Amino acid sequence: MQRFHSISVVISLFVFWLVLSGYFTPFLVTVGLAVSVLVVWFAHRMDVIDQEGHPLQLRGGVVHYWPWLIVEIVKSAWTVSRLIVHPRLPISPTLLRVKMSQRTPVGQVMYANSITLTPGTISVAIEGDEIVVHALTQAGADDLVGGEMDRRVSACEGRA
Amino acid sequence: MSQVIDILSALLMSAGGVFCVIGAVGVLRMPGFYTRMHAASVIDTLGASLIILGLLLQSGFSLASAKLVILWLLIFFCSPTASHSLANAAHQRGIKPWQPDQGASSSSKN
Repeated sequence: MQRFHSISVVISLFVFWLVLSGYFTPFLVTVGLAVSVLVVWFAHRMDVIDQEGHPLQLRGGVVHYWPWLIVEIVKSAWTVSRLIVHPRLPISPTLLRVKMSQRTPVGQVMYANSITLTPGTISVAIEGDEIVVHALTQAGADDLVGGEMDRRVSACEGRA
Repeated sequence: MSQVIDILSALLMSAGGVFCVIGAVGVLRMPGFYTRMHAASVIDTLGASLIILGLLLQSGFSLASAKLVILWLLIFFCSPTASHSLANAAHQRGIKPWQPDQGASSSSKN
């Protein structure tokens, strides 16, 4: 598993090199491959390469989670845009605490970042197994308390 | 065919521009610190995504598209992280969220 994980990091770095360089001469491709392997080897020696930096275990989960998240982002961005152009600015800001059911740090980061990414809610702080969230409207806060996003992130995390 | 793609990408980029302007207007109109951040998040999600989508249609299936996708992923990973640390810093400094009964005049002090 460890070896498979390292090889996957090498491949990711190599693809990143190829995309950014755009030159496919034998010399540059070889150098790119060598550098990718060297970087992963150094990272191994420094013990900074782990499941958190390259969360390969989430690969199945995000395929299901990201499309849903993008739809949510578009919906709430539209809601916030309508609030902004509304003449009376009908906002009802609230600060609330949301329980999170994720077990791993990667899952918790995913949940907190998803909350921030959706316009209308920002994760302000993490205290224990709760996230302090600032919501622009009461309706946005109620959506979050409903817990659908929490369930989906946990499902994505649990698919490993 | 290329005309259709041109029109479609122009529409997407214009829509993205409109959402960026809406977000900017929101940053100016909203009262208080946290509410202004909500307005800004419209810019870096919907505004940026629509513009990148329009540019993807222009660049077609090429290396530039791959770079645009990497750029889009970068925005989607970094902007919530930056927003969170900004909000967290404000929270730790004890900035209180704006409440409706405060009125608009006192909001600038938040």
